[in-house]
Amino acid sequence: MNVTLNIKRFNPDTDRPESYYESYHLEMDDSATILDGLIKIREEVDGSLALRCSCRSSICGSCAMRINGQAKLACNTKIIDSVTEQDDPIVIEPAGNMQVVKDLVVDFKPFWDKIREIEPWLQHLGSKPQDEYIASNTSMLHLASVMDCIMCGACVSDCTVLQVDSSFLGPAALAKAYRFVADPRDTEQGSRLGALTEKGGVWDCTRCMQCVEVCPKDVDPMGRIMNIRDKAMEAGYTHSYGARHAAIVAEDIENIGRVDELKLPIKTKGFFNIFEHIKLIPLGIKTQLKGKRPALFPKKNPGQENVRRLFTKGDKN
Amino acid sequence: MKYAFYPGCVSRGACPELFESTKAICTMLGIDLEFEPMQGASCTGSGILQEKNLKLGDTLNARTFAMAERTGLPLLTICSTCQGVMSQANNRLKKDSAYLAEINEDLAEEGLEYKGTADPRHLLWVIVEDVGLEKLKSLVVTPLTEFQLAPFYGCYLVRPTDALEFEDKPERQDSLEKVIEAVGAKVVDFPGKTLCCGFPILTINEKNSVKMVANHTLDAKEMGADAMVTPCPLCHLNLDGYQPQASTQSRKSIDLPILHLPQLLGLALGLEPKALRLNQHIISTKRLLSKVALAP
Repeated sequence: MNVTLNIKRFNPDTDRPESYYESYHLEMDDSATILDGLIKIREEVDGSLALRCSCRSSICGSCAMRINGQAKLACNTKIIDSVTEQDDPIVIEPAGNMQVVKDLVVDFKPFWDKIREIEPWLQHLGSKPQDEYIASNTSMLHLASVMDCIMCGACVSDCTVLQVDSSFLGPAALAKAYRFVADPRDTEQGSRLGALTEKGGVWDCTRCMQCVEVCPKDVDPMGRIMNIRDKAMEAGYTHSYGARHAAIVAEDIENIGRVDELKLPIKTKGFFNIFEHIKLIPLGIKTQLKGKRPALFPKKNPGQENVRRLFTKGDKN
Repeated sequence: MKYAFYPGCVSRGACPELFESTKAICTMLGIDLEFEPMQGASCTGSGILQEKNLKLGDTLNARTFAMAERTGLPLLTICSTCQGVMSQANNRLKKDSAYLAEINEDLAEEGLEYKGTADPRHLLWVIVEDVGLEKLKSLVVTPLTEFQLAPFYGCYLVRPTDALEFEDKPERQDSLEKVIEAVGAKVVDFPGKTLCCGFPILTINEKNSVKMVANHTLDAKEMGADAMVTPCPLCHLNLDGYQPQASTQSRKSIDLPILHLPQLLGLALGLEPKALRLNQHIISTKRLLSKVALAP
């Protein structure tokens, strides 16, 4: 098949480095991957093209990049699947949310710094076992998929929070954190949860599911972030805005069947958090003037006793 | 075409204009909304309840599905978040009969049983799949050819793609662009259209949330958009309500009206802006409407 790859290029070793797109026309087999195409360009057309790759088998995690706007491994993305109906060129760009070093190579230092920040090793204080730390198969099974992470950075590339805040720990580090938080042999769950619920931690995730969608190994980073939130609330880390927000939404649904939109932000911030409430006043006035202020005391849904009963049962479960 | 109508929390609270404009356009499109049977349906949990107790969230949604099933009608939503949470819950319930049976035990006390046949669908999909774009085009009395509109889907109407059945129904992926084109307007295709509006973290990390609003609205505006259109009232709350803060935070003038999907349709169908409650937005729609010689 004939295909055009439109590659975003960047070379810092020029007088005025600026990124630009360069098109390459190739003839490839139907079975070829994007990585096959890139290697062909580098070896036969333009030796200056920089990219990272190694195993070609979705194991090493080196070749994550944006293909038609979405982070993917170049080695497990077929060219034939990336061609649009209109036969547009396939757009290849470096992974997002990381500094470009050259062409498709990005700087992974911040990625690894965040992985180190969550202390990705087993911490077991107290008595040491005679031989090795034993965990039953069943107690580790739920960690199997998170241990499949190959650290390719696809989730980090497309994380919507990292686009606006580079201090966010990000989906890869938080998924890795869950691997240790939920390990039955680790005794430091409490302090880990405390650190993970600080600013830049689990409550900053927007639940946008970008990381879930782009992960080539079904690690479900967002699901792990939700698991950490749940464990943190169970462990008593309930004072952050995030934990309060989650608890109040649940209370509202239990009490009236829906969210009490007017009081939700006030309760989340805390009744005596005057500074935060003052910030809400301009919008409050505007919504009042536009005739769209939510009700002060929203009515219960009809049959709400049935919803309450389900909550009581759910709590017991 | 009759549907069991699930309005969600926001259209009955902070976005009354969505509720009113939905009612107005559905009448014109021949979509008959049944309100009564769904009156007792609860919030979907919006993904937040599910963080703490997934089964309880699924139970509440199964209850809603059972109510819709009882009417024998398909379920219609008008919120990307409601739709996404329902689609995900339905996916889990349909593929695990033991799980569904367990949940039905809890519903039995109310005399409800979910048989697994509900098909919750967003108004956007109903317009493309049931009404049809050709019929929509034939009903347009005011082609909005002067409008350049940026689509903004809301995360839960684009991800996760398996629960939203994108493989079987690929037309859902660009349904909003198709509707914009069907009413005669030009689509401003911008990279933020499938990203997060920031609303879920508004009360948790306002700075990040507002920065998302600034990025999306400024990107759309720089690419030539006169307005943005969204099928998600939560996105609307942030993109419209927090745009003044986004403008202050980014130190740039934005002033980009954010339309609910039914408001866009209503304008093309010849409804008066007041009937569509286009005067209830935080960001004025006046300049936009002047392009079609209307006033809010």
